[in-house]
Amino acid sequence: MDEISCEVRFGRYGGRFVPETLVQPLLELAEAFERLRVDPEFLRELSTLMRDFAGRPTPLYRAENLSRALGRDVYLKREDLLHGGAHKINNTLGQGLLAKYMKKKRLIAETGAGQHGVATAIVGALLGFETEIYMGEVDIERQRMNVFRMELLGARVIPVRSGSRTLKDAINEALRDWAASYESTHYLLGTVAGPHPYPSMVREFQRVIGDETRSQILAEEKRLPDSIVACVGGGSNAMGIFTPFIDDDVRLIAVEAGGRGPGGGDRSAEHGASLAFGDPGVLHGAMTKILQDPYGQILESYSIAAGLDYPGVGPELAHLVETGRVETATASDRTAIMGFKALSKLEGIIPALESAHAVGYAMEHPEMLGELSVINISGRGDKDLHTVMAYESV
Amino acid sequence: MSLSEVFGRCKPLIVYICAGDPSPDETVEIAERIARAGADVLELGLPHSDPIADGPVIQAASQRAIAAGMNTDLYFDIASRIEGVPKVFMGYYNMVYRRGLERFASDCRASGICGMIVPDLPMEESRPLREAASRHGIDLINMIAPNTPDKRIREIIALSSGFVYLVARAGVTGASADLLESTKHLIERVPPVIPRAVGFGVSRPEHAAELLRAGADGVIVGSACVDLIGRNELDRLEDLIRRMKLAMTEVSVKSAASIQQS
Ligand SMILES: Cc1ncc(COP(=O)(O)O)c(C=O)c1O
Repeated sequence: MDEISCEVRFGRYGGRFVPETLVQPLLELAEAFERLRVDPEFLRELSTLMRDFAGRPTPLYRAENLSRALGRDVYLKREDLLHGGAHKINNTLGQGLLAKYMKKKRLIAETGAGQHGVATAIVGALLGFETEIYMGEVDIERQRMNVFRMELLGARVIPVRSGSRTLKDAINEALRDWAASYESTHYLLGTVAGPHPYPSMVREFQRVIGDETRSQILAEEKRLPDSIVACVGGGSNAMGIFTPFIDDDVRLIAVEAGGRGPGGGDRSAEHGASLAFGDPGVLHGAMTKILQDPYGQILESYSIAAGLDYPGVGPELAHLVETGRVETATASDRTAIMGFKALSKLEGIIPALESAHAVGYAMEHPEMLGELSVINISGRGDKDLHTVMAYESV
Repeated sequence: MSLSEVFGRCKPLIVYICAGDPSPDETVEIAERIARAGADVLELGLPHSDPIADGPVIQAASQRAIAAGMNTDLYFDIASRIEGVPKVFMGYYNMVYRRGLERFASDCRASGICGMIVPDLPMEESRPLREAASRHGIDLINMIAPNTPDKRIREIIALSSGFVYLVARAGVTGASADLLESTKHLIERVPPVIPRAVGFGVSRPEHAAELLRAGADGVIVGSACVDLIGRNELDRLEDLIRRMKLAMTEVSVKSAASIQQS
């Protein structure tokens, strides 16, 4: 990790739009992160855990069959091979260890599909925290397996009954909890969204994806790729793989959930594409692009991939899109299902439905990839089998 | 009447309600009953889908109001029809930002609102709205929490007009049985160079009296009233406000008497 202190703002986005009670906990967290990110003992402990517990480095795999099908060289960054089955563990190990150094006793987290909840529960068990996961009632119903997984790992799942009873409300509830519990508790936010320092801190814990990709592709191909494709929910796997390439001549493509397409009703959107269709506003403590109605009420998002079903996005991505550095694209449910099945058949790799958005996009737009491309496979698809089966049967 | 005039005349009871709960049609009448019962200031909330500083009672009220069709245009329409009590806006920043800061402040002015409370807008982020509000003669009310350090308290006060809102406890809004020692300590830590009103967790006449004895210049009650509105217990609501105001007046009279004796 480099030594520049992390940013509060990214152009007009970012900041810390929180109740006064949360200002001190966030300052304390930012201070601890600044201190520990250059602390040799912390970094040694983290990289040992990343290697021996999580399974880093992950391979950068040259996908021969997919390359042949698309008529160009395509590599897959295999975050699906990590412990827990997704890139989420990079962040939960980082923040979990940070919380341990800060002498916190309890972890709280939000989860939508349960992926980040599971990754937090894993780290809570590993490092000996009391762990409580906020999860919307609707999501608990949809994701029984992950609820059981979290409980098996020793975490308590707290149902959220407010608002739309999904991920955004789980984040609200975690923030409310933290406002009263911060002295003993760390709020382990799962993506590059939220108030400062979360967007920069989570990015720094996830940039290991991009750092590895860079040295791996240079070793294999002796050059940088023409493009990198990643899916975007909050943006953590995308920022993780994009960050080390920001100053290079590499096309960075952020694929959001197109869902059933643009449009939607008064209270809900039919997609999760905040970068493509959102407007500037404040959600969960940050100024960013959000899905909202003309009065500023937050809309419910939609995607077949629970991890992309979020009406906001990390503020740094909003900024990078506004400056033109990152390109946005959307992949519909249908495209994601196509990518899910194609990668399974072509390469013997079942991607998470989230990652399948990146795969599906790449397959439909090979001309955007250049001659040499990397797709981030942020997670594995075992969790999604029942969703795909249900999709197929209608 | 401006907020500094209000605090110049008395130690006000400030009552929060969520505009549009249970329906936009009923808010004006509820507000006027609250004013008649003795509220000195009405804090009129604009409901938001994601109220991160609020507990379950105000969350539920916000959802009811939004479901009943409440929106920002209706809010100002309702506000302008409520008469006979000074009014303060309370709402989340995205609702203000979305309308445009200048337009929002101007709409406040036009509907007789004299102050704004935006609970997710800490000092560092507040400058654009502060400037817009001040161009329209509106006070932007800052909040101070039990964990706000002394140095920051001084910085917040330096930026404040109208009054400062002392958050009585960590966490979110909602009624609680006891007031904490830490609340009294917080009042002591905030120098009385600007009126200090205390809210979060105030639900009983005894609380209001205790806060005034501890040095508060005003008392804010929210969830306890919103809860009664949610149950359609408007007579009990009026009764609660009457008893709170009475308890507060008794403290003021006694302290005036003891000052005269000494
Ligand atoms: C496998 C996988 N990929 C991607 C995401 C989306 O999150 P982010 O955009 O933060 O990477 C999730 C979220 O749960 C996920 O589980």
